[in-house]
Amino acid sequence: MRSGHSRGRLLTAAVGLVLLVGGFAWAVTDLPGFGHYHHRYGAYLAQHSVPQRAATNSVNVITFDYRGFDTLGEEFILFVAVVGVVVLLRRIRGEEEEGDEGAGEEQPRASESLRWLGVASAAPIAVIGGYVVTHGQLTPGGGFQGGVILMAAITVVFVAGEFMLLLRLRARAQLLEMGEAVGAAGLGVLGFAGLIATGIFFKNFLPHGSRGELFSGGFLFIANLAVGIEVAGAILMVLSELLDQRLLRRRS
Amino acid sequence: MNALLIILLTLVGAAGWLTVTTREPVRQAVVAGILGLLLGLLFFVLQAPDVAFSELVVGSAAVPAMLLLAIAKVREQQASAARADDQSEPPGAGISGSQGGEAD
Repeated sequence: MRSGHSRGRLLTAAVGLVLLVGGFAWAVTDLPGFGHYHHRYGAYLAQHSVPQRAATNSVNVITFDYRGFDTLGEEFILFVAVVGVVVLLRRIRGEEEEGDEGAGEEQPRASESLRWLGVASAAPIAVIGGYVVTHGQLTPGGGFQGGVILMAAITVVFVAGEFMLLLRLRARAQLLEMGEAVGAAGLGVLGFAGLIATGIFFKNFLPHGSRGELFSGGFLFIANLAVGIEVAGAILMVLSELLDQRLLRRRS
Repeated sequence: MNALLIILLTLVGAAGWLTVTTREPVRQAVVAGILGLLLGLLFFVLQAPDVAFSELVVGSAAVPAMLLLAIAKVREQQASAARADDQSEPPGAGISGSQGGEAD
């Protein structure tokens, strides 16, 4: 019985593998050579995005302006995923807290050098994150990258063992939730604002400004800000949900 | 393809292999972080700094942090399930016991 079961499984795996490898090999043979990308759309955007939108980071122009609608979809994927994780973790936590309470054990402490390193590097990382969010239209980076860097600043605090700060953060979970929701809604509102002002969804409705300045590229600044807030809030929410006061107390 | 690119591609391949073959979850999270770091460098060398940024922070900070926290949480649940079994089964034991089993 068991061997027949595993034979069927093996057969299914083999068929799948052959199809996958064959299809993959077939697809790869038709790819352009390494570093020889030729496509009209890419070439057009590379050439015209900066003159048209006065923003020097054309990647940012593409994600939030030309393809803003796609980015909206991606943002909501993250939003929904985080909501799912948080709902799941809160249910587990609720069930647990009805059970035993492991009080009276002392908190674990990170080594002194790790604590200092973590505390010292948190602020510079946060500044870099803020810079990357606000300068997305000028230099590589943007809302998503900057938002994750902002989150990393707080992760460093966690590594340093300043658990109490993070627990206080979790006590303000509403703030994180609000940040995530406001950020996610912000990009949608921006799209609809374009629809109202110009008749086209996600069309820029703010003046472009002059190239190289902070407020150039029209609404890119606002879009980056919204996504930055959403991403930082979303990841922090997952991390803080994973933190469990009892978990922190018992580890040593 | 220059030498730097070939070195980085090789390193990424090696790190990917190591990530798959490392069986201990905590160690695997750290190795996955190193893979993220190398991928970030590779994207940077391929002149995609925006993607490199995301990969660097997500791959080498966010994902390992989440994995480590998740592993710690699972182990804590298993430990509390074991404790609950010792103490002649208080009310919450059935729930946390089944959770510990799922996590295996």
